[in-house]
Amino acid sequence: MALSSERRSELQGIATQVRRDILTMVHAAGCGHPGGPLGMADFMTVLFCEHLRLDPTCLHAPDRDRFILSNGHTCAGYYSLLAIKGIIPREELVRFRKFGSPLQGHPHRNPDLGIDFSTGSLGNGVSVATGMAIAARANGWDSQIYCTSSDGESEEGQIWEAATSAAHYGVGNLTVLVDFNDVQIDGHMHDVMNVRDLAQKYEAFGWHAVRIDGHDLDAVDDALHEAKAERYRPSAIICRTVIGKGVSFMEDQPGWHGVAPNDEQYAQAMAELGETAAS
Amino acid sequence: MTPSALAPLATGQPNPVATRNAYGDALVELGGERDDIFVLDADLSGSTKTKAFGQAYPDRFLNLGVAEANMIGTAAGLAAQGKTVFASSFAMFAAGKAWEQIRQSVCVPELSVKVCATHAGLTVGEDGKSHQMLEDITLMRVLPKMRVLVPADAVEARLAIRAAAATPGPFYVRLSRAATPVVLSEDYEFVLGRGALLREGKDLAIIACGVEVAQALAAATRLAADGIEARVINMASIDPIDAEMILDAAAECGAILTAEEHQIRGGLGDAVAQVLARNLPCPLEMVGLDDSFGQSGTAEELLAFYGLDATGIAARARDLLQRKA
Repeated sequence: MALSSERRSELQGIATQVRRDILTMVHAAGCGHPGGPLGMADFMTVLFCEHLRLDPTCLHAPDRDRFILSNGHTCAGYYSLLAIKGIIPREELVRFRKFGSPLQGHPHRNPDLGIDFSTGSLGNGVSVATGMAIAARANGWDSQIYCTSSDGESEEGQIWEAATSAAHYGVGNLTVLVDFNDVQIDGHMHDVMNVRDLAQKYEAFGWHAVRIDGHDLDAVDDALHEAKAERYRPSAIICRTVIGKGVSFMEDQPGWHGVAPNDEQYAQAMAELGETAAS
Repeated sequence: MTPSALAPLATGQPNPVATRNAYGDALVELGGERDDIFVLDADLSGSTKTKAFGQAYPDRFLNLGVAEANMIGTAAGLAAQGKTVFASSFAMFAAGKAWEQIRQSVCVPELSVKVCATHAGLTVGEDGKSHQMLEDITLMRVLPKMRVLVPADAVEARLAIRAAAATPGPFYVRLSRAATPVVLSEDYEFVLGRGALLREGKDLAIIACGVEVAQALAAATRLAADGIEARVINMASIDPIDAEMILDAAAECGAILTAEEHQIRGGLGDAVAQVLARNLPCPLEMVGLDDSFGQSGTAEELLAFYGLDATGIAARARDLLQRKA
């Protein structure tokens, strides 16, 4: 089950590619949200490349796995991974947020591009994922429903309505990955509105919950295997991450939640990621 | 159906039935016909009448507890996996509390979630203003992709539910708590986007929906006693609306009165006004609530107090005729 050193190194390379794509996309758009997806890139890479059953061959199979990006503003990394998996044409990435592109500023459901649901308004995704999980189980499908959320999003009450019902209906085929970077738009989460220990909260709601380092590829892989093995409880994987990870001047800076880098900042960031890729 | 064809009315004196009861019966009927039908409720299944479906098809019924936003999100997830989902609560909570989820998770991705909301309007009665939803037609008809139906009676409610089930995409169906008169005969046909002409007349046209249809018919009988011939149109399909029938009424009657158990701002009256203003303006009055909430009382008391009963409608009709050139 464990990642081989060769595979781990491949995944590190993909995560770096995702980070480079995020910066290129947000820079080309002149607006968007670079910080969040840079922090999520490692666990999203493991999810998309090691676990999520979604590729061009099964794109339209009704019983494939589903993915919802409930923290929809972090979609640059999501679109990059869909391109890396050969579903979104690479040339479309630089049209992100532009008029006429299917790569909307927040995800819009598009069965042909593997975008399973429309998101962008925080709080809504876990409920939808629960409905998808119930439907998959009712159909007898052996599929997993994955949903990302975040610490800031956990301030929304609907998340906890969904946490209650997902446990009540025992949807073991649902896994929520929470990007816990302690940053939200107005500042550090612990200053703005502290959601405290989300693993404890999810556990109290009846979930299988673990707390991991969201940049540790092996830890993410292990947690996803564990989550899949859960038959009767939904799983929450609280991923401790650093917003802006990989770009020195963006790391742990709330200001990089929703601002595009200028040309100079973009060049510096890409140079830093180039070094990472080569190491 | 041409504007001159009268829809068949019920004969005799059928017992009053609440549209929510017809909804519950229609769900059980549909559940037996189609195994993709799911029904969701938020701890009101006894009142919304979804309980019978839950007993007949427990594997396709989910009670989400007192959590309407999550119910709509869950419905959207089921629909995204190919199910046709009916989601019910009181209108106040379904359309009010969960409006944002209906917009973002149902209408934006255009999913087959049918929000069937009971206990709409003043006729909720004694529960008072907190439960008398009088703004839901406005909130729902403004949403792109959403179709809005307000059936006149139990006969039409059953047909509206079947139309919603048969038509892909989001629907809002507005239903009532109180037993109300059965207006239409069993061989009435409901067509999405079409009004139903219930009574012919040339002096003015009364366009009504929901419980106001029976009141409008009673008002027309009173007006006839004074020699005023009122056309009565049942406009259950508020979105899409039957613009042709409205414009025919404007051309042939020259004055239009709308009647709804709802705020006049944004409701049926507003929808009719848009059609008229853009095509064929004519004198128009609206029966409904105007910048006011309701209060506790019996359904009859409240309809009378706010001018929504036959007496109130007839009075407004006479006022309107003063404006007719």
